[in-house]
Amino acid sequence: MEREPFEKIVDRYGPTVLRVCRAVVGPAAAEDAWSETFLSALQAYPGLRPGSNIEAWLVTIAHRKAIDQGRAQARRAVPAGDLPERPGRDGIPEASDLDLWAAVKALPLKQRECVAYHYLAGLPYTEIAGIVGGTPDAARRAASDGIAALRQVYPGPRQETGHREPARERGAQS
Amino acid sequence: MTQPDDIEMTQLLAGPAAPGEETMRRLRARLVHDADAAGLLDVGYRSIDTPVGALLLAATGQGLLRVAYAVEDHDRVLAQLATKVSPRVLRAPARLDAVARELDEYFAGRRTSFDLPLDLRLSSGFRREVLAKLPTIGYGSTASYAAMAAAAGHPKAVRAAASACATNPLPVIVPCHRVIKSDGTFGGYVGGEAAKRTLLTLEGAA
Repeated sequence: MEREPFEKIVDRYGPTVLRVCRAVVGPAAAEDAWSETFLSALQAYPGLRPGSNIEAWLVTIAHRKAIDQGRAQARRAVPAGDLPERPGRDGIPEASDLDLWAAVKALPLKQRECVAYHYLAGLPYTEIAGIVGGTPDAARRAASDGIAALRQVYPGPRQETGHREPARERGAQS
Repeated sequence: MTQPDDIEMTQLLAGPAAPGEETMRRLRARLVHDADAAGLLDVGYRSIDTPVGALLLAATGQGLLRVAYAVEDHDRVLAQLATKVSPRVLRAPARLDAVARELDEYFAGRRTSFDLPLDLRLSSGFRREVLAKLPTIGYGSTASYAAMAAAAGHPKAVRAAASACATNPLPVIVPCHRVIKSDGTFGGYVGGEAAKRTLLTLEGAA
């Protein structure tokens, strides 16, 4: 049975797990959570059953680390100014990113977790229920409530709701 | 199962939360450091550029475990190490600093022997006996496969001696390139005949 070098696991899932950590525990605590998650995963990796869903396994570890380390910090009021990286890609206006990020932080923890595990990690609700507890339906509801709250802040670039004016006007400069 | 809304929200959320390369580099460095401190860095590796192409270097805590030529396929070699030694394999350049330095000196013609802790666990039995004798062939000299078989205690095991050289997990460092055919031709080499010629020319033996 061939075993993948752990380096490949870091390559493939490192960025996604960091996104999940940022959404769940906030940018300030995210790097500690990521580091503890991957160190713990490295330790357990030789015993991981072949064919396991590695992403779900990593998110499960990250979830436990967030419970251990992050919740105390997350419960304190998190000041909004502490952003991780330069936002603003793919034509999404930066101001909306700031709003969205603040809105993610404002979600109740369970909604934040379910949104992150489904929309960032791409896990199905059956897996998410196994991680956060409760039923898959409850996880789906928490994610959908979370998304609904986020949509209030950022309706998204869909055509039918595209009532905003474009930020740049053509032909403005001579 | 993925709705258009899902894709849109995923992109939307990925924007502000997207980690930059610098962040990932910092986190990887911290992971390697923490893993080493916790005794979990079972195999560390890096690659270096040399006159015989990119060489993969891999080491355990005991010493240098593997040197691999590009023709061996570095990804395949790492997968073999993950399976045979431990899957706790991470890119860890600092662990290979001394090896990289000695190889640099060797390829610059300033070093004629290596002074590095070796982990020979990938070789066993007669093959390992042969590898243990290879450093007795000095820089700039060559020996025949027959002579190496004899040196390892089995004069008739010429083919086995050749196969020990062909499967040497530590080429360049353990100098199987100095073993040539009795008729004076180079014979095969794990890094290809051109690499063998380059090394022997560098050493002034060809």
